[in-house]
Amino acid sequence: MSTSPRLVQVRQRILKRNDEAARALRSRFQEAGVYVVSLVSSPGAGKTALLECVLRALRDRYRVAALVGDLATDNDARRLARAEVPVKQITTGTVCHLEAEMIASALEGWRLDELDFLFIENVGNLVCPSTFDLGEDLRLVLFSVTEGEDKPLKYPTIFNTADVAIITKVDLAAAVEFDAAEAHRSIQAVRPGMEIFHVSAKTGQGMEEWLSFLESQLLKAEKSFSRER
Amino acid sequence: MHELSIALSIVEVAEEAGRNRGGRVVAVHMKLGQLSGVVKEALLSAFELAREGTELAQAELVIEEVPLVIHCSACGADQTPESAFELRCPACGVLTNDIVSGRELEVHALEIES
Repeated sequence: MSTSPRLVQVRQRILKRNDEAARALRSRFQEAGVYVVSLVSSPGAGKTALLECVLRALRDRYRVAALVGDLATDNDARRLARAEVPVKQITTGTVCHLEAEMIASALEGWRLDELDFLFIENVGNLVCPSTFDLGEDLRLVLFSVTEGEDKPLKYPTIFNTADVAIITKVDLAAAVEFDAAEAHRSIQAVRPGMEIFHVSAKTGQGMEEWLSFLESQLLKAEKSFSRER
Repeated sequence: MHELSIALSIVEVAEEAGRNRGGRVVAVHMKLGQLSGVVKEALLSAFELAREGTELAQAELVIEEVPLVIHCSACGADQTPESAFELRCPACGVLTNDIVSGRELEVHALEIES
């Protein structure tokens, strides 16, 4: 005869496993002195184009590398490899986002202490990646001027979990009558205080400002990195 | 559809907790924040798939939705924004990213039959 069920309090984070893997990654990155930046956006917002520009701009002064996640194909990795830096494709199959364990296995065999910057391009998706910590220092959310100024209001979680927003394809802003003030209002509504950059990977507009922010972040972080340089 | 990943994690967490407490889990109670990025209905369907062939095959998922609450430094109070996704204090109109609750994604209790 069965008794009635008893209620037991457990209080456990559902993504405990991912959180633990992310924590392990974060301490590895810290120890190696590598600054890790992840990129999230909808498909086609220009993550790969921006990243290719960034890798080219930084490669002479810093040791840079990239991981790129996609459901299928290694097209993006091949595009990024044109910047002549180490690049690895993570093919997720049917999984719509990257998880910390995928990053850990993609990094097998890599010497992290030989890097200054590691970039992680997530799968193009404005929903799923928001929930998964990858151990990164900085999470960028990109959205292009062609997507509409209210995109952040439609996808608040991903904007709220990101640290910095980049508005891309600003060379097309006039053609699509992009309202920058409205876009800023949308971003601030879902992530008050968020820093915003305007960039065109095609013309290079805004790239200098964005890169100097990135370099300042590395400098700030290095103060706390345990490794002596 | 990251809800399937989440549902598989729920099964994993609940199976482990149930085993530690020596019984059969008949229901999993979880808290789901409004800003967790997970959709309740999608999660319920995903859970039905995820539990198949596990110790939780018969278990029910009970979801308690947690509203978004922010702490407004201007009025010093915890407030629920009027619009779900605008982090604005309804009393003084100030925007703040000081989130008190609404990000929850946790199993908080299990019903166990011994």
